[in-house]
Amino acid sequence: MSLTLLNVIFAVVVAIAFAAANAAYLVWAERRGAARIQRRPGPNINGPFGLLQPPLDGIKLMAKQLIIPGGADKVLFIGAPVLAMYPAIMSFVTIPFSDSIVAHNINVGILMIFAFASTGSMSLIFAGWSSRNKYSMMSAVRAVSQSVAYEIPMLITTITVVMIAGSMDLMEIVHQQSSSILHWNIFPLLGKSHNILMPASFLIFFICTLAETNRAPFDLGEAESELVAGFHTEYGSMGFGLFFMGEYANIVIGSCMTTILFLGGWSCPFGLFPGVWWFLLKLYLLIATFIWIRWTFPRTTIYGLLNLSWKILIPLSLVNLLLTAGLIKVF
Amino acid sequence: MSSPIQLQTDETFVLNVGPQHPATHGVLRVKMEMNGEYIVNAETVIGYIHRMHEKMGENKTYPQYLMNLSRMDYLGALGYSHGHVLVVEKAAGIEVPERAEYIRAIMVELNRIASHLFWFGAFVMDLGGFSPLMYALQDREYILDMLEAVTGSRLTYCYFRFGGLYNDIDDDFIDAARRFIPRMRKSLIKYDKLVTGNIIFRKRLEGNALLSKETCRKYGASSAVARGSGINFDVRKNEPYSVYPDFDFDVPVYHEGDSLARYMVRMKEMEQSLRIIEQGLDKLPDGPIMPKKKPKLIKPPAGDYYQAVETARGSFGVRLVSDGTKTPYRLKLRSPTYSNMHLFDESCRGMMIMDALAFMGSLDLVIPEIDR
Repeated sequence: MSLTLLNVIFAVVVAIAFAAANAAYLVWAERRGAARIQRRPGPNINGPFGLLQPPLDGIKLMAKQLIIPGGADKVLFIGAPVLAMYPAIMSFVTIPFSDSIVAHNINVGILMIFAFASTGSMSLIFAGWSSRNKYSMMSAVRAVSQSVAYEIPMLITTITVVMIAGSMDLMEIVHQQSSSILHWNIFPLLGKSHNILMPASFLIFFICTLAETNRAPFDLGEAESELVAGFHTEYGSMGFGLFFMGEYANIVIGSCMTTILFLGGWSCPFGLFPGVWWFLLKLYLLIATFIWIRWTFPRTTIYGLLNLSWKILIPLSLVNLLLTAGLIKVF
Repeated sequence: MSSPIQLQTDETFVLNVGPQHPATHGVLRVKMEMNGEYIVNAETVIGYIHRMHEKMGENKTYPQYLMNLSRMDYLGALGYSHGHVLVVEKAAGIEVPERAEYIRAIMVELNRIASHLFWFGAFVMDLGGFSPLMYALQDREYILDMLEAVTGSRLTYCYFRFGGLYNDIDDDFIDAARRFIPRMRKSLIKYDKLVTGNIIFRKRLEGNALLSKETCRKYGASSAVARGSGINFDVRKNEPYSVYPDFDFDVPVYHEGDSLARYMVRMKEMEQSLRIIEQGLDKLPDGPIMPKKKPKLIKPPAGDYYQAVETARGSFGVRLVSDGTKTPYRLKLRSPTYSNMHLFDESCRGMMIMDALAFMGSLDLVIPEIDR
């Protein structure tokens, strides 16, 4: 085996380990966080602070039988959970955690991540279609309209950032923001662009990430009180487990992208400790916000969700794109 | 939103919501004929938890039947017991000591708050917000603990007796109740800040499922469903019973007729219940809790008796037909949710499924009480 192949295998293994560990322990963090918000203890029996809960949950799920409903499309039914997990893992390969910690940097990193991310909604469609369940089917239909509606503003905002950086390389984008806190794309007073609307762009990107990862208040695909459990109604065992972990892995990816594109990646406002810790700090603060939002807001309606995207987010992101382009030309 | 849309195709499918579905809070089944996300037609199917309470009433003696009433509505059980003991007392001519009546009113109002709190949490959970339920349950827990100390049970009380009560309240209870009132008032403000002002919450409920006065009257709706549509009807005011005329309280009425109005009515009702409890504690007279003279065997003279009470879920009526024996000839229970629920079939046509389920949540259905 050549060294490159070994490198690739190593990178993938590390990415899988990081994604899986994060997904498992974010479930724990989510449950503890929810418990904090709701004034109850949450899982605290297994291990210190309930830290053994995720592996035990995993063992329980793996020990269960995978039931395939009668009349379901077997191939798609089994394939869908895998499809939910793999885009997130693949995206980790190219995400730079610091100057040196990156599995494999490619110069079109953004393109690759968004290409994989957009296949994520395929898993919901496959799961909904193959389950032979009306609730799952309705959920799949919702998921399609949702991902169509929210990928557009998300990509437009990303293009804005790419225009400012002049590169699709994630490393390069972070390097351009790393001079000072005022160079961060969230509020670039000193960077290439002096666009004061960038905070709005950040918000648009964040909202789109919420919607793309099917999180509350946009969890219409899962909509527990309407569609039972949405696309994974018929899933048990590790099939369900993979969907669950896929959701959290996607949250991590979304937060990583937000950090890199808007919050200066690993660049530190006043370097106390190495950059990678700054990156992780920003990352987990964003994830905490995800959890906080989920347990605070009720669910939107499907028309409310689509109206928000088509009538507010898309026009606003287009305006921002034009403004940024103009400002880059001027300065 | 709630306006019926012009449906483009004839192709529909049937969606079975329930009997086991998170949104129906019990074993209610709704057969929905759907066109995509829109409901073309809905049919509520009841009877999954029918326990023949009315028939049991004909076979059991009067005291034996006491515990059945609290199994009808497990959230606001005391209100139902109240109706039953009142009608039997009316029939058998039993005098109730004033102290017993005051304690009954206090207990029923506490139970009403507990029931509304649970509804509040479950309703917001229907809309996808999970946290308010936990806050509401915490306050409800306080009430249940208080009630448990006096009545001996937390959910299915058998506290009222013909002519009085099973147990007198003590100073501990009065202290706890007095502490509870300011605490609950604070909580209500917190709920307002947490939920009522939430933009997603308001957007989902404003204009959702508009019910006209006529529809409410046609189906015999009561409680917040009727009062949210501008019908000022509360049995406690309109057909006063027990000691309610002694209390000074308002009946909150909203004229919008949407789900938010129904929500607001229930939230305001909790405040009014607190006022009643406060006054009840102030005015609580001393004395016995059971009458001195009470027939050993309850045998009401032959006749037809009716008593309506305002429970947490609306106007609950008990019709008692006695033939002079120790068991009733007929005991008809008029349950409020039964009438409230049947609005759903007609009103949800043309709505989207998520709006329809929000509407269903705003009706405050307790299925065992429908099926009896």
